[in-house]
Amino acid sequence: MSEEIVSELMRAHVYRLAETGQRVDGRGFDDPRKVTIERSFVKTAEGSARVKLGNTDVLVGVKLSVGEPYPDTPNTGVLSTSVELIPMASPTFEAGPPRPDAIELARVVDRGIRESKMVNMEKLCITPKEKVWVMFIDIHVLDYDGNLFDACSYGATAAIASVVVPAKAAGLGEDFPLPIDHWPVSVTTAKIKDILLVDPGLDEERMADARLTVTTDENGDIRAMQKGLSGTFSYDELKRIIETAQRVAREIRPLLQGS
Amino acid sequence: MQGREGLRPIVIPGEAVGGPELKPGPGTYSEGGQLFAAQLGIRTERDGRVSVIPLNGRYIPKRGDAVIGDVIDLGPSHWLVDINSPYPAPLHATESPWRVEFGDTARFLKVGDVIMCHVLSVDEIKRVQLTMQEREARRLSGGMAMEISPTKVPRVIGKEGSMVSLIKDLTRCQIYVGQNGRIWLDGADRDTGIAASAIRLIEERAQAFGLTEAVRELIERARRETRGHGPS
Amino acid sequence: MEDIEHIQKEMKLINEQGRRLDGRKPDELRPVRIEAGVLRRADGSAYMEWGGNKVLAAVYGPREAHPRHLQDPARALVQCRYNMAPFSVSDRKRPGPDRRSVEISKVISEAFSAVVFKEQFPRTSVDIFIEVLQADAGTRCAGLTAASVALADAGVPMRDLVASCASGKIDGVVCLDLNKEEDNFGDADCPMAIVPRTGEIVLLQMDGHLTYDEFQKAMSLSIGAAQRLYELQRDALRRRYSVTLEDILKEPPSAPMVAAPSPEPGLPPEDDFGPEGI
Repeated sequence: MSEEIVSELMRAHVYRLAETGQRVDGRGFDDPRKVTIERSFVKTAEGSARVKLGNTDVLVGVKLSVGEPYPDTPNTGVLSTSVELIPMASPTFEAGPPRPDAIELARVVDRGIRESKMVNMEKLCITPKEKVWVMFIDIHVLDYDGNLFDACSYGATAAIASVVVPAKAAGLGEDFPLPIDHWPVSVTTAKIKDILLVDPGLDEERMADARLTVTTDENGDIRAMQKGLSGTFSYDELKRIIETAQRVAREIRPLLQGS
Repeated sequence: MQGREGLRPIVIPGEAVGGPELKPGPGTYSEGGQLFAAQLGIRTERDGRVSVIPLNGRYIPKRGDAVIGDVIDLGPSHWLVDINSPYPAPLHATESPWRVEFGDTARFLKVGDVIMCHVLSVDEIKRVQLTMQEREARRLSGGMAMEISPTKVPRVIGKEGSMVSLIKDLTRCQIYVGQNGRIWLDGADRDTGIAASAIRLIEERAQAFGLTEAVRELIERARRETRGHGPS
Repeated sequence: MEDIEHIQKEMKLINEQGRRLDGRKPDELRPVRIEAGVLRRADGSAYMEWGGNKVLAAVYGPREAHPRHLQDPARALVQCRYNMAPFSVSDRKRPGPDRRSVEISKVISEAFSAVVFKEQFPRTSVDIFIEVLQADAGTRCAGLTAASVALADAGVPMRDLVASCASGKIDGVVCLDLNKEEDNFGDADCPMAIVPRTGEIVLLQMDGHLTYDEFQKAMSLSIGAAQRLYELQRDALRRRYSVTLEDILKEPPSAPMVAAPSPEPGLPPEDDFGPEGI
């Protein structure tokens, strides 16, 4: 139970450090943790990536199968994203159906991918109104040390980028790599009192009053946003966060693209 | 620095550690007259007794242990304290250093407070009671708290307190090490950060000879680096 | 036991030279790799690659058992949850436990229950999690073998590790460690787990058709393999905690964090050590 409670003592400590421009792990306020990406980790998936953001460890598998399109989008493929917060990743995760935080994570990651038009979904149409490629993105959180929004998003992006569409097995021609049009990158900022910290670690996240995830594309345009927790942001803070997110995203994007 | 390999033989659960001529100590069990390791650890022998010092494991409270705990709940005549153990530990108002009226507990300790206290008793079914009647017991404020694996606590304390004293002297910090793996440090923020790094070093990679020197070098190197960065 | 593949013609699982589809002889184990202590939050963990299987195991505990009414006042509960990731199999598996996972969780829980010193921790639970990331038959054996390492890594007191392997019959020949195709088209599969030191059997299942002689042959193959796996388990645990002074000084230690129990290697030489056997 005390996993979720942060002592007054530690709150005071983090805040005191912040007042002199420091974070508990020595990072600058705008510095994300180290990102490592291992592509095509799982051979049973058509695309996969294991991403570590600091010690937060996420494995994403993308599976494609032939299915029916949604009635209102008869010419486009189907995208479905889900997140599993498996119990081994944290003592606070319980087995069972997805809780609201897992659902929110999945929807925010999905939004970033969908709204950025990362994948041209029309290219996943096989026969209009009848057959399309259905893409399942399954995000498996293995180790939780803060900032699942960004870790899951990076994992999903890297996994999608590694997808080879299994057309041959479906008798639909040669296999082909998924055509990627845009590269969304999410950057999450936590607010502790009046301090803004990019890529909050677990301790910072537990103390945060508010949180904002901003997903931008390669032009710096905003594709998805999500504010969380019960604190508030001023409009100035919002602008600062978005500008920082654009900058940090530019640094991280090449890693996801595999360069 | 010594380049010697400090590889001590590690035993795993089920490995034989001694014969019937030896007595079973902590971390071992006896079967058919032979002794075996019950945990992953280092085999040691002293005075005819063989034990296995575990490399990892949860904190199991023992009477008299000094521990650092977080208050996680309270009732009219007690507080509930998390001491990093499988068992939640109540601290009764009568075991506190204050005169607490019934229902007035929140005035003295609230949820989120950190205290230094002792294990008063542990019964046969591992129910734990805490006390703050000992001299060093108090509510902690300021400074920072950290947590290490409880199995590493003896190492951080060192023989007769030599290791923790070294860190305290070199960093000018006050340090309380709880048997439960929780540690409180107080000093200038940069100094507590350095002390905490030294403790992490001991916890993470201490299987070589000359650890004391490694700790000393780490602290001195860190202090040299921060000296150029303005006031601590 | 996993998913069904469509085949056009009949498959020969063993050729005239006695070699299997992947080139193995009937008594050959697939390549196995184990690494201990791979996760930060869990009290103990292990990662294993076994042929085409990729399995992650983690342990929390002993910790307070929830819900309260399930607590045993005399001993710890030993609870395992075996789960397959949706992308771990060719046909995506819907998230969440299915009946097969529930059954496997149960038999693995019971296997570990036989070796953990439960009486030392009344009212608690030792929670074991097995996550199959990529499946190629034999996942419960891989999961169990990895979970054993995770339990030791977590410092949970137990009598011994547990090692597990399956044998079966394909094209009438008793073979060790079936892979996916062999399991799907073979004639029998028999997973088992033993306590390496004593040979006690803590898990045993079988489906298919085996004569009594064939069963004994299968067991003998599996037990031999389990002993080899035990060596790998021990090696993984030893590797995790063997560090030289050079390693210590090369890398900066991680920054201080609250409530981040990091079960990393380390132990004192005797001269610097405090009171023994804390």
